[in-house]
Amino acid sequence: MAAWSESRAADILSRHEGRPGALLPILHDIQAAFGHVPAEAVPFIAAALNLSRAEVHGVVSFYHDFRREPVGRHVLKLCRAEACQSMKGLELADQVLKRFDLEWGGTTPDRRLTVEATYCLGLCACAPSAMLDGEPMARLNSDSIDEIACEVSR
Amino acid sequence: MKIFVPRDAAARAVGADKVAAALVEEARRQNLFIEIVRTGSRGLFWLEPLIEVETADGRIGFGPVAARDVPALVTGRFDRGHPLCVGKPEEIPFLKRQTRITFARCGIIDPLSLDDYRVHGGWRGLERARSLGPAKTLEEVTKSGLRGRGGAGFPTGIKWKTVADTPADQKYIVCNADEGDSGTYADRMIMEGDPFLLIEGMAIAGLAVGATKGYVYIRSEYPDAIRVMQRAVELSPVDGFDIEVRVGAGAYVCGEETSLLESLEGKRGQVRAKPPLPAHKGLFDKPTVINNVISLVSVPSILAEGAEHYAALGMGRSRGTMPIQLAGNVKQGGLFEAAFGLTLGEIVDDIGGGTVSSRPVRAVQVGGPLGAYFPRALFDTPFDYEAFAAKDGLIGHGGVVVFDDTVDMAQQARFALEFCGIESCGKCTPCRIGSVRGVETIDKIIRGERPAANLALVTDLCNTMKFGSLCALGGFTPYPVMSAIKHFPEDFTRPLRVAAE
Repeated sequence: MAAWSESRAADILSRHEGRPGALLPILHDIQAAFGHVPAEAVPFIAAALNLSRAEVHGVVSFYHDFRREPVGRHVLKLCRAEACQSMKGLELADQVLKRFDLEWGGTTPDRRLTVEATYCLGLCACAPSAMLDGEPMARLNSDSIDEIACEVSR
Repeated sequence: MKIFVPRDAAARAVGADKVAAALVEEARRQNLFIEIVRTGSRGLFWLEPLIEVETADGRIGFGPVAARDVPALVTGRFDRGHPLCVGKPEEIPFLKRQTRITFARCGIIDPLSLDDYRVHGGWRGLERARSLGPAKTLEEVTKSGLRGRGGAGFPTGIKWKTVADTPADQKYIVCNADEGDSGTYADRMIMEGDPFLLIEGMAIAGLAVGATKGYVYIRSEYPDAIRVMQRAVELSPVDGFDIEVRVGAGAYVCGEETSLLESLEGKRGQVRAKPPLPAHKGLFDKPTVINNVISLVSVPSILAEGAEHYAALGMGRSRGTMPIQLAGNVKQGGLFEAAFGLTLGEIVDDIGGGTVSSRPVRAVQVGGPLGAYFPRALFDTPFDYEAFAAKDGLIGHGGVVVFDDTVDMAQQARFALEFCGIESCGKCTPCRIGSVRGVETIDKIIRGERPAANLALVTDLCNTMKFGSLCALGGFTPYPVMSAIKHFPEDFTRPLRVAAE
């Protein structure tokens, strides 16, 4: 992912000029550009929107989606919610976390894979489900999740 | 040859894109001309990917199709003798038994084809609303008996009237598409499968209350729905009503209406105290209609067919149809739109066919993570707002998650509190602190430490959360916890576990 660039951030901000309540869309675009919300972005956005740094920080830290650290090359989100629980989704998640020796939200040392928890992808009739780099996957089982994990860690 | 392949996220999650690619490849290899139309899903998820082939006799379905099945299907020219053939989808009992009003087009049309939308009855509701004018449109919605499908069940007509009667230079229609409840996917399906219907519903709401601007707040976990809605908004031919799609950022609490409004304003998604009601002071302090997706998409057919037609369906004060979403450990998981009044047993055993694991059904959670767990003993409860409330439960957004007999209800109660802690906005103490203390206390019960005293403590804590929280997150978390304790007490009495040396 790209390193912090003030001109790039300014470009993103200019696209939201005059938009009411634009902070979330701005943060989404910042994260899409830089892979996370870099610390430098907070005072920069605050100045542009006439907010305090604390207000921007408060928003970044409130929402689970906004990351303050870079993630791995691939992001695997595993659903921890009830419909997936009823189909042994938690056991699958354990399998993945153990395999890579990760905690939830952790990234492998080679920075290839980050595993995050998610609470429902709306694929509940085909549980258990997951999302890999934004692509939905469902009816997972021990073998298929292993295959996916193997592929992204190569 | 025209072949319909769903582009619904759940169908894609089980290989629909690979099937579509295989169809193109195999047709090319066999020199067969085919046209592939990507549709939404019919909502028969155990059959997904369910592809349909157009014939002189109507559409014929095949499912669940894997890419490896495609060569034989094409070679046999989609012969009805193929083992994956399910015949006409409308004749499958799961679909045949439904009353599809809101989801009538879903899975049939190309979601982004304006021609398809119009040909299949689209825009008729908006046209009638325009000819009736705001006051009569409002009256139709009120007469239909439509109640908020997001979970609270508040009468939609009354909400709209409050906004209509509040003078302001600017009013807003906000669509709550932050469908975070596990076991629910109706909003996702309709946005991916029939997005113009939502635009039509919002435009009718705008006309009725005098709003010209609308927002659709979609959770970030739904990238497919976001893409389709954004494209539909670009294609929308509706004049005088402007819609913007906004994307959430992974906060469950933003499904609560005031928290969603804060989020739309670019703030932390913290709950607002009510009053003022959003209808008086909502988005940017302006009068705002905030409705769930399903409430809004129910409106066009109410206008097109008339309020009486809709109100004739249902039971008691629950009028019209509800898209019931069967999920989890269920043989036939999918969306079942039906008039209110089916019993929980009919839904789970007859329609859902029991568990996919073939083990006995032990518990069913209805209404998402804040809904109660029902035991088989309560399977005679009819699906209706009041009937579920009378059994200390709620129908919420219509999700039904089935668990077999391997479920540990103490763990489910623990998860409900853990989830509340993870997603609490932090504004009120009962939710922020109660959830954490609740997990600690359930852990003691699980370890067998003074179970009776700790159960009494959890009960007391749930009481405080129920009556002392600002919104439904803290206020309803007691439903799954207390229902698990009440209906499955055997899971909460365990021998004391001595810590390993």
